[in-house]
Amino acid sequence: MVANVLYAFLSITLLGLLLGIGLAVASKKLAVKKDERIIIVEEALPGANCGACGYAGCAAYAEAIVNDGAPVDLCPPGGAETAERVASIMGITVDVSSIKEVAKVHCWGNDETRTHDFTYEGIEDCNAAYIYFQGADTCKYGCLALGSCIRVCPVDAITKDSDGRIQVDKHICISCEKCIAVCPTKVMKMIPFDADYYVACNSLDKGALVRKYCSVGCIGCKICEKKFPDGGFVIENNLSYTQYENTYTEREGAAEKCPPKCIRSIP
Amino acid sequence: MLKQRTFRRGGIHPPDKKHLTSQQPITVCPDPEELIIPFSQHLGAPASPIVSKGDIVQPGQRIAESSGFISAHIHTPLGGEVKEIRRVFLPAGFAVDAAVITVDADAVFEPQETPAEFLKNLSGEELLSRIQEAGVVGMGGAAFPAHVKFKIPKGKQAEYLVINAVECEPYLNADNRIMLEHTEGLLEGIGFIQRMTGAPKVIIGIESNKPEAIEQMGKTIGSMGLEFSLQPLKVKYPQGDEKQLIDAILQREVPSGGLPIDVGAVVTNIGSAYAVFEALRFSKPLFERVVTVSGEAVNKPANIRAKVGTTFRQMIDLAGGFSEEPYKIVAGGPMMGFTVFDLDTPVMKGTSGILALTRAQVQEGVRTACISCGRCVRGCPMGLQPTRLYHLIDRGHYEEAKEAYLLDCKECGCCSYSCPAKIHLVQGMRLGKRMLRNMSS
Repeated sequence: MVANVLYAFLSITLLGLLLGIGLAVASKKLAVKKDERIIIVEEALPGANCGACGYAGCAAYAEAIVNDGAPVDLCPPGGAETAERVASIMGITVDVSSIKEVAKVHCWGNDETRTHDFTYEGIEDCNAAYIYFQGADTCKYGCLALGSCIRVCPVDAITKDSDGRIQVDKHICISCEKCIAVCPTKVMKMIPFDADYYVACNSLDKGALVRKYCSVGCIGCKICEKKFPDGGFVIENNLSYTQYENTYTEREGAAEKCPPKCIRSIP
Repeated sequence: MLKQRTFRRGGIHPPDKKHLTSQQPITVCPDPEELIIPFSQHLGAPASPIVSKGDIVQPGQRIAESSGFISAHIHTPLGGEVKEIRRVFLPAGFAVDAAVITVDADAVFEPQETPAEFLKNLSGEELLSRIQEAGVVGMGGAAFPAHVKFKIPKGKQAEYLVINAVECEPYLNADNRIMLEHTEGLLEGIGFIQRMTGAPKVIIGIESNKPEAIEQMGKTIGSMGLEFSLQPLKVKYPQGDEKQLIDAILQREVPSGGLPIDVGAVVTNIGSAYAVFEALRFSKPLFERVVTVSGEAVNKPANIRAKVGTTFRQMIDLAGGFSEEPYKIVAGGPMMGFTVFDLDTPVMKGTSGILALTRAQVQEGVRTACISCGRCVRGCPMGLQPTRLYHLIDRGHYEEAKEAYLLDCKECGCCSYSCPAKIHLVQGMRLGKRMLRNMSS
């Protein structure tokens, strides 16, 4: 009886020992040489695997940095901090003066402010709705608010508020631009993280037409551009664009005087 | 009579509703005061306009030119002044430029007859270039340029010319009425197409719900001494799709991503054959067509010959106006047609029908979860798995959907029609294709 137990114990121990030695030998003999820097660089990256750098994920980007000399400042989620850390690992210097950008929906329309051409009953997805006459809203430039961006956001920075508007939390946004790519009307655009004002409209239609279908659409009246020269607003194709290169002093005045109130401050 | 045939895989049996207009002779729409003529009425590259605001145009004048290999010329049916070029939405859901023409009622198109004897001496090539000049496209709905379809590529040989007289979409009777009222011209047109394609055999496929047309066509083929054969078909949707029609008549399967010519067939429909006849014999560009105006929400359903550019509003007025407020206006048939939101949408070369449907006709239902019942799979004539494709697309796996043959889907609607959970399967397929296009561009 005791002999049986002992026999089993010894045979398993011996087997384990043999296999263990085998594995140890194999790991030395068959080892794949991997540049250690790749592992260190990968650890320095945020690990969101969002793909915003243009590579398949953080591991692929790390490999590209080490092996192919890819630029170290391609990671928007990591920002300046990560770029500097990766640069120090690689022993190079990097200019990190570029400003972090975040996504913002350039439309303030919702069911109360704008008209529809028809009732849409299909799939709850902006691209699906866009197939049919570029969406049910009369305005073909605005936010369809069916949430395609919400679904592609890897960090859940995008939500729909109780008024039916899509909001991006700039503190969570990692600048991966996936929402920009999926948005069929291109109403989602990147703006600087610390932008103070933006024009919440994307319509290139003439003012008279915009007025008919949306109460908060930019009518291209040029008040912001002409009356507030230091507001940093430029009208092009019936739409006001916000400049972000400098600091401006007349933003607030322009926002107050904007007839449809589509120049909005960002808290 | 020959044994009735049908295609082997999938298909559905929606109520055909043909009785609403099958006995209505074709009436002619009076000339409208204004025409809206889109520059893209065909599959392929939009035509490029050759008129501008303020130009005076003559009836039958070409106003836009073919701008690519797969493209077609566009002509104005009536004379007048180009009021403006503006962007309009097509029923298919996208916007293109269109010429708005203020009609001069005194200018009318004078057809010039070319004797049949003269045309007999022309080669297939010459006939092709004549229909290209006339801007003839397929009239079944997709509006594929006819001169491209009838030109057999080098190294291929057309064995059969299959004439699609199926008209499988419910409600529609435009082709049915052409067969009854313009039988001889139509058959002459088929003869021209046979010469262009060089196909030795012609088979005309007609569904058995059009007994009068079968009889009339049979008799006229006999009296004209033609060697076309007539194949009656069991009623099943979507038999009017060329791939299903080839399967039903020839028992051949067009390979995935291939064309009918890959199995030695060319398919064209009744309306196109008649347009070819008019283009060749009367030098008449394709600028009008027969449109079935039907549905439970119109007073007097009718088959109307209308000029391209006539608005849906005028067509519905001609059909006695609305009997009640319509819930949906559909351009084309109810299965594959497109819902429009604007009654100022113009009739185009491919508009086979205008349907005004009541709320009761439009199947309402709450979308529920997929229970994997497999009805969409049984219904799919292409042998696809609509439910699997839909789930892949829903999760954003567009490449995988492509590998599962998403691009073989032709949006016939059998899956959506069969789905007890009311899932928007066809829209899902269209979304998938759109996203694939976006990814590749």
